[in-house]
Amino acid sequence: MSGNLKTPENITENMMEWSAGTQKVPAMHKWFAKNKRNLAFTAMVLPGALWLILLRYLPMFGIPIAFKTFQGPDAFYQRTHSYLADIFVNPAREWTLSNYEALFRSPTTWCAIRNTVCYNLFYIVVGTIIAVAFAIMLNELTRRFVAKTYQTLMFFPYFLSWVVASYFFMAFLQDGKGILDTPSINFYTTAEPWPIIIIISFIWKMTGYSTVLYLASITSIDTMQYEAASIDGASKWQQIWTITIPNLRPIILILFIMNIGKVFNSDISQFWQLPLDGGIGRVPEFTETLDTLVYRLGINGLSMNMGLSTAVSFLQNVVGFVFIMLSNAVVRRIDRDSSLF
Amino acid sequence: METTAVKSPRQKKVHEYNRLTSASPLAQALIHCVFILFCAICVLPFIFVVIISFTADASLVEKGYSFFPSAWSLEGYANAFKAGRQLWVSLFNSCLVTVVGTVLATAMTALYSYAIYRREYKYRSFFTWLNFITMVFGGGLVPTIIVCKMLGMDNNYAALIVPALLNPFNVIIMRAFYQSSIPYDIVEAAYIDGCGEWRSFFDVVLPVAKPGVATIALLNMLMYWNDWQLAQIYIRNDSLMPLQRLLMRMQENASLILQNSGMPSVQIGAIPTENLRMALCVILVVPIACAYPFFQRYIVKGLTVGAVKG
Repeated sequence: MSGNLKTPENITENMMEWSAGTQKVPAMHKWFAKNKRNLAFTAMVLPGALWLILLRYLPMFGIPIAFKTFQGPDAFYQRTHSYLADIFVNPAREWTLSNYEALFRSPTTWCAIRNTVCYNLFYIVVGTIIAVAFAIMLNELTRRFVAKTYQTLMFFPYFLSWVVASYFFMAFLQDGKGILDTPSINFYTTAEPWPIIIIISFIWKMTGYSTVLYLASITSIDTMQYEAASIDGASKWQQIWTITIPNLRPIILILFIMNIGKVFNSDISQFWQLPLDGGIGRVPEFTETLDTLVYRLGINGLSMNMGLSTAVSFLQNVVGFVFIMLSNAVVRRIDRDSSLF
Repeated sequence: METTAVKSPRQKKVHEYNRLTSASPLAQALIHCVFILFCAICVLPFIFVVIISFTADASLVEKGYSFFPSAWSLEGYANAFKAGRQLWVSLFNSCLVTVVGTVLATAMTALYSYAIYRREYKYRSFFTWLNFITMVFGGGLVPTIIVCKMLGMDNNYAALIVPALLNPFNVIIMRAFYQSSIPYDIVEAAYIDGCGEWRSFFDVVLPVAKPGVATIALLNMLMYWNDWQLAQIYIRNDSLMPLQRLLMRMQENASLILQNSGMPSVQIGAIPTENLRMALCVILVVPIACAYPFFQRYIVKGLTVGAVKG
């Protein structure tokens, strides 16, 4: 604290010295008094830190499962099974790359990778365009109450779970009952319509959310810019292209790059619930993503293969890590203040 | 909105500004059309499901799902409430998990992010990184399940709550809230005035950071209410099943809700289930539909802070 007598630390220290002069203070007490603040902060951080270590860091020691063979329903999920010993000490479990060989030889994996990446890219491009357009249009409305009402109604699907959403879609698509159902096609057993259903459901659920996001940054634009532009005779279109869009550029860029970092991840709820994979449906061709693959292999009794499942999630983690680092480096170069770290 | 009848110069200026910059009436009308259409798309499925839940079974057999059923009835709800003991059990589970989970998760997030927000904390950067690393790297699903089961989270309420307690992203959002809403001087002043760190957190910081805490609480609440995955992974007993999982399982077996109701299976088979499960769906959505217009502004705040501060 560089010798400044007025800092709180020094006051405490001085007090300790004074009291030490009159009576002996045990070293323990001194240490506690000195570190009182850090102790308080550590106590605050402790529950969360403990949770992170137990539920996020401890599982990282399970990554070697990706390089061992664990097939079929295993004793592994039993509480009594000492899994660390099994992974690291058990000589019967050999180190192997067979999981990755199997993975990359299987067309299912490539299908899942294709779906995950394509849906993500589509979401990023089309989702952003729609949300920005909606935000700009919403901002043009003069009646604030009406605009607020639209915003509220559009936000509604965001708050629903995908389980509920799957029922909503079932009301339209269910075979023999749904309102869009025709005798020639059963939506839940045909693969072809699914890219469209997935995309529509995404736009339906997420547009409200991202519109609100962009609207918030539009309203924070300095209105002086618009006033000056309209005095100079700029039309509405010119104002949008020369003021609104350039002002939105940073946030569009940041979200874009952050989403690129998540290109190997998908919302498992959407892809698991909509095609009724937990229930009657099963059309994996356009609805299998890496996350559903991990889930299917990791928890499903019949096709359970823990080694394979962990191999997929490790792949996802590595790719995600690399992409986040790359995208962060790009953000740093474009706009230092917006970078993640 | 000012209530004075006389227009102040400021108000006049705002009015003028609006006239200068808003789109033409024709463009406005077009925009209204677009939004009315899209809002209809957003809300229509829910209305449709409500209609189905009130449709009589005879109409369902005859016409399938329809916006204009030939006969209405309350039998879906009647069956759900009368016969479905499972409904009450699951409703209780959902509420319990949501309340307990939200309280614990919010407290944990608020405390953790407060400590890593304070510059005086010696290990601040260590715990910031401890949190951040889990955002970009993890063990994966299978190792997480193994660890959770090892720690005793298996077929009990803890399994529905503990695995989702901390969300690293929420910690970052909350820290951004502290950074943007609390003038650092007041925490320092509190310390110099002899206020302990815990007391200054509860008495000085928390009242100012209330909107942030509300945002985190709502995000957690939504997450716990809408969760089905934890239940699918860890829960085997029907008595522990939350609503979302019940609804999900009714996709394959719609009469699931009527089990444990003491009825003979012949009778269960006779009860129409299409409107029953749509009724359940409505029961799940109604609390959210009623509450979200009031708390959406907090979520919006959280989204903007989170997205900008990332």
